[in-house]
Amino acid sequence: MNYPLYFDHNATTPCDPKVLEAMVPWFTTHFGNASSSSHPYGWMAEEAVESARESVAHLIGAKAKEVIFTSGATEAINLALKGLLSQADPIKNEIITLQTEHRAVLDTCKALDQTGVKVTYLPVEKNGLLKLDQLEAAIGPQTLIVAIMYANNETGVIQPISSIARLAKEKGVFFLSDGVQAAGKIPVSVHDSGIDLMPLSAHKMYGPKGVGVLFVNQKTIGSKLHPQIVGGGQERGLRSGTLNVPGIVGFGQAAVLAAQSMSEESKRLKSLRDKFEIALLELPGVSRNGTDAHRLPHVTNLAFEGVQGTDFLKHLNAKIAVSSGSACSSISEKPSHVLKVMGLHDALALASVRFAMGRFTEDDHVDQALAHVKAVLKKLRDSGN
Amino acid sequence: MRVYLDNAATTAMDERVIEAMLPYMKDHYGNPSSVHSHGREVRTAIERSRKKVAELLNAAPSEIFFTSGGTEADNTALVCGIATHGIQHAISSPIEHHAVLHTLESCAKKGQVKLSLLDVNQKGDLDLDQLETLLKTHPNSLVSLMHANNEIGNINDLDQIGQLCREYGAFFHSDTVQTIGHYRHDLKSLPVDSIVAGGHKFHGPKGSGFLYVDKAKKIHPFIYGGAQERNMRGGTENVIGIIGIAKALELAYEDMDGHRKHIEQLKLHFIHALQNHIPGIAFNGQSGDLEKSLYTVLNVSLPPSEENSGMLLFNLDLNGISASGGSACSSGASVGSHVLRALKSDPHRDSVRFSFSRFNTLEEVNYTVEKLKELYPVQV
Repeated sequence: MNYPLYFDHNATTPCDPKVLEAMVPWFTTHFGNASSSSHPYGWMAEEAVESARESVAHLIGAKAKEVIFTSGATEAINLALKGLLSQADPIKNEIITLQTEHRAVLDTCKALDQTGVKVTYLPVEKNGLLKLDQLEAAIGPQTLIVAIMYANNETGVIQPISSIARLAKEKGVFFLSDGVQAAGKIPVSVHDSGIDLMPLSAHKMYGPKGVGVLFVNQKTIGSKLHPQIVGGGQERGLRSGTLNVPGIVGFGQAAVLAAQSMSEESKRLKSLRDKFEIALLELPGVSRNGTDAHRLPHVTNLAFEGVQGTDFLKHLNAKIAVSSGSACSSISEKPSHVLKVMGLHDALALASVRFAMGRFTEDDHVDQALAHVKAVLKKLRDSGN
Repeated sequence: MRVYLDNAATTAMDERVIEAMLPYMKDHYGNPSSVHSHGREVRTAIERSRKKVAELLNAAPSEIFFTSGGTEADNTALVCGIATHGIQHAISSPIEHHAVLHTLESCAKKGQVKLSLLDVNQKGDLDLDQLETLLKTHPNSLVSLMHANNEIGNINDLDQIGQLCREYGAFFHSDTVQTIGHYRHDLKSLPVDSIVAGGHKFHGPKGSGFLYVDKAKKIHPFIYGGAQERNMRGGTENVIGIIGIAKALELAYEDMDGHRKHIEQLKLHFIHALQNHIPGIAFNGQSGDLEKSLYTVLNVSLPPSEENSGMLLFNLDLNGISASGGSACSSGASVGSHVLRALKSDPHRDSVRFSFSRFNTLEEVNYTVEKLKELYPVQV
């Protein structure tokens, strides 16, 4: 299979060879169940899990015991939202979130909405940022949780996390921030920022699919979270089920690598991204979606006028793997809900493309991608499509 | 010598399973929901795996949902089965795995169902007359009874229980974690509404599992947040886990009779050797009866011994033998096995669960017998 160049690192990332290397022994020799307490197969597995927990905690400035392993960020989000609501004072049953959140949050909110939970969806400005005073006005006595992502998966726009956290604290509400796209890419410090709950995913940072984390702030959340998957009582009773030891080890290694390389790597990616973006923005009818000032270094989301979106994407995908929105909703061929909230009309939202570079993207790849995008754009525009 | 006899807790992966998974960690890393070829290639592999699992179990691919493991699958079937079908009464037994028992207890605590637990005798046998009586008095019940017990190996007759459930219109869920990959399940003829599997119990990867739900008894999703698994389970798929569990099941079916014959011989040999050399030995539940228990599990009850009291697992480990006192999930807890407690087993006797796989050898069993003989010398 000859794959196109991969520019879709916000959908998923390839597993770093060093991550894979770290995982393999846990598939082969050390196959124990981390809960087996009567023999070394179990002890070895448990030690490996605890070491990975330390590594992930370190990456986000948390304590190891604040890290709960799950099967992914989506499960972590379900655990966080449902888990807090089911234990909370019945009067406090409102979630405030953004219209531009990932489906993992929006779909969970929608399901909760049907069970009587009140959900308020705030818009964002044209540049993708939320308006703090709007959030402040929205928080009422009913509000239990504010769920606002750290960085948007489609545009890379980074929300003013510390200000949101401060506001949440003042108003006495919990702050959940989906850190899936930010962690491992830019410095994240949950305690410095004042975050109460943060879901993470390994496969967005060169780790394996099928493993995630919920950061649970020991001080502010403590035992207020009710488990959603019960059984053997793993993960301090918050998440039962035999631990995915190789997956967890992989996440740990991915966190170590991310922490080591972040400052260099984010600079390198930013320069690649900027080169790519500047070259395309020079063309007529190309504009950037989202603010330049507050966004992830490796992502650009560009709107292309004068082309039909699905056709454009199909042609682009012949040589470069990109998407017009989140992978989770890309099958639908509907315009991105994120871009629509930011004020784009349907056709332009459909003709917007997210380019996300990654650890294995090289200068030469960017040149090839640029040439291809330009060629496709010219061809489609010339043909009047 | 290091002997691993804790295969009911988890099994070593088959190398061929790892081999099948590796390309999906290296080259085929796309997100299956992505529309470009990185994504489509992986999507195809997932659906191929689903089809394979469905074929082996004689189910429709649309009835198989991949999960993160048996526990999530049990939680999904029970919580969502109850919610979707407006169930107000659940029937289970005190010797179910905690993934079932704690889930139902949690539903009962929230007031969603009333929970009735069947009585079990000292052998761990269920009273099916009692089940019928309960089904009669509580129409539209959910019944959750495992196919085989993970600690004492007792096998329940799913056909008989399922027929009763059908007769009284109950939703029948069965935790089949210990039998998938070790026994054949024909879901076209088996009267069950949902069953579950965990890949790591049959030489597949940890973190993988699946839920089968009869298409006539559809349930709501448990984890929201994406259209994956046909809207039944949000979240990017654990691609390697899915590839791995399907491959593991395929390998299990390739030579299931051969594996069974090999393991049965080990178990039978072990039973006889222990009976011959350790006076007063007994077997918990039905595990000593090859007809009525898993061929993979032998739960041994040893005579009271001062040297080994409370130290048996430790002493076994010192001799290089890895076994367990019960379910791994609760083996860290000092509360002991809830299964053996339900069987009212003698607290003065130490119990140990030995569980076998196709990778165990006669030599390992003989070694274990020798060490047990040393730990329990015959008094002269």
